[in-house]
Amino acid sequence: MTRSAMNPVAFLTRRRGGKGWHWTDVVTFGWLALSLVMIFGPALWLLLSSFKTPAQLAEFPPTILPYAAQTATVETKTGPKALPLYTVELPDGSSAVMAELNRVGIMANMVRPEAPDDPVKVNINARKPLREVAFATDNYTTPLKQFDFARYLRNSVFVTTMATIITLITNSMAAFALSKYEFRGRNGVMMVIVATLMIPLSVNLVPLYSVVSSLGLMNNLWGVILPTVATPTGVFMLRQYMLTIPDELIEAARMDNASEWQIYWRIVLPLTAPALAVLAIFSVVWRWNDFLWPLIVLSRKELFTLQVGLNTYAGELNVQWQFILAMTVVSIIPVLIVFVFLQRFITAGIAGTGLK
Amino acid sequence: MTMQGEAPAGAGNPAPQQAPARRSIGAVLAAPVGLLAHLLDGPMRFWQRLAGRGGMIAFFLLPNMAVFALFVIVPLGINVAYSLSGGTQLFLPSRSFVGPENFARLLTCDNHLAPATCRDDLFWIAVWNTVRFVALQVVVLVAVAMTTALILNRSIRARGFWRAVFFFPVLLSPVVVGLIWKWIFQRQGLLNWLMVEMGLDPVNWLTDRTWAYVFSVGISVWAHAGFYALILLAGLQAIPRHIYEAAEMDRTSPARAFRRITLPLLWPNLLVVIVLALIRAVQVFDEVYVLTGGGPGTSTMYLTQYIYETGFASTLRNPGVAAAASLMMGGVLVVLTLAQIALTRWRDRQ
Repeated sequence: MTRSAMNPVAFLTRRRGGKGWHWTDVVTFGWLALSLVMIFGPALWLLLSSFKTPAQLAEFPPTILPYAAQTATVETKTGPKALPLYTVELPDGSSAVMAELNRVGIMANMVRPEAPDDPVKVNINARKPLREVAFATDNYTTPLKQFDFARYLRNSVFVTTMATIITLITNSMAAFALSKYEFRGRNGVMMVIVATLMIPLSVNLVPLYSVVSSLGLMNNLWGVILPTVATPTGVFMLRQYMLTIPDELIEAARMDNASEWQIYWRIVLPLTAPALAVLAIFSVVWRWNDFLWPLIVLSRKELFTLQVGLNTYAGELNVQWQFILAMTVVSIIPVLIVFVFLQRFITAGIAGTGLK
Repeated sequence: MTMQGEAPAGAGNPAPQQAPARRSIGAVLAAPVGLLAHLLDGPMRFWQRLAGRGGMIAFFLLPNMAVFALFVIVPLGINVAYSLSGGTQLFLPSRSFVGPENFARLLTCDNHLAPATCRDDLFWIAVWNTVRFVALQVVVLVAVAMTTALILNRSIRARGFWRAVFFFPVLLSPVVVGLIWKWIFQRQGLLNWLMVEMGLDPVNWLTDRTWAYVFSVGISVWAHAGFYALILLAGLQAIPRHIYEAAEMDRTSPARAFRRITLPLLWPNLLVVIVLALIRAVQVFDEVYVLTGGGPGTSTMYLTQYIYETGFASTLRNPGVAAAASLMMGGVLVVLTLAQIALTRWRDRQ
């Protein structure tokens, strides 16, 4: 059977080997469809909501797309004015598009935009606002301009970049020492690294605070960066990778009078590039998303990272959801870039060797 | 230090492959680093002559180990000191030694199942909340991840695309996860719209104790299932195809093939995933804190939030009690992590 000869239904429902549908195919199809809706549905809803005006966000039931009231410029006695348009049910049963001049109680004075001198009194229940799809981009520009979100964005970028660079340098140096040298105490060092894996932030929260504050790094972005840079995961990952680099290369370099430092950055580091790339991606995502530790270190508003800023504004008494939603979308952008362009490195990394 | 959301030991080991020959973004970004490294060539050679190869090893290890020492090992010692001393001071010398008093305060109960009878009722509320959370979350998480992995392991079209779809929530920050769902669960949110459309009454989801608990589990499964699905998928793909083909020849039903082939061969991976999920679930905080703030009341307040609030936020700030609680949680995590390491070794020998 050729593809062109198939009708669409047969094409969509065909199964390998043409044996018809088995219950496992139904489950597969159902699970994938449900997952697609459950995973992207909420994200899409966030995106659409972020373009709605506050009035629209307060509407229930909500609309799917963001709308704004349509207006028309009407010549009034005081000059031309942009007035909101409505579809009005007229007493004679017909309907017309009219603009509202003013409203008294439940009655509104309305005119046809083309005949501004002929107002009609209309009950507000007999009319419906005329709306068009419109994106409230103010939601994005206002918090970036008038609130501190541009600053939060800068802080987050700074923390993420610095932490990632330092992570790559320190982790690769340690991994190099642990993979390419035999020395006394190597197992001891490995044990310490395993041990640090067992002590997550939530266990060390209070004393870490006192260490960082006695270093004078409270309310300092470096106080957010430094405690995170020595990731045991990163050291393990890079060491594992460096172990696959043949020692003959290094011996040959020593013959050529290369210093250990040169062996590290001229030979081993370039060969470790794929693993460094994976660690860089991980690090960017971890540091961009960090929440609890920045929440503790940073109490001055101008130092907040995006995550802390979002949580603070969302926790206020009068939550300005239109801004929160828009800034949430902004905070997803770098992650989305990683997702679109780089996720295959991560998923291939996890799926390729799993937890070895 | 393992930050929230960090991958576990060795996850994401990249398969060895040749570095691309063409000039990539990485190469461009690495250029300034290369220049700096080049400038250090001279001093480094000098240092090597002075300290020998051993000195170079120490130099390579120093930055990483210094950070570990300063921000993990030293704090751990301070944590023990805090847990054995009283008062609200953070400055150690001004705290008074109280011995195991903080532990006693946390552990003294007439009936451990009824937090109201405990000296620190909030701690036991948090403990039982966490137990309830972990019990449901790990089961649902592993079930969802397993189903997803099994389905992605079938010969479906565009598997790479689907793998990416399930990975998307894993990359989102906990704050974003919390906010996305808070917006959906709010009184005039998407979920209530669906309720009204189906002819049901809207519910105030996040002020209902049961729903808040269910959704705290739900969003953390939503955020993490993709990660575990990928690990399980790797395990599934390691099972030789020909075993299934032989089973198909013998007209084995898929359910039977799952029970007799997939489950026994995947079991080592599954155990590792379960322990890993347990470790993460015990520490649950960020996304739930953003979604519910621990509420309504204290019904979704979990252990990490208890530690955070006792240590920092609450008006009854008590670092000693927070330290004691975090050390006890740490004890549980150490046991779980050792189990995970042992299991990983055992699996890799299989």
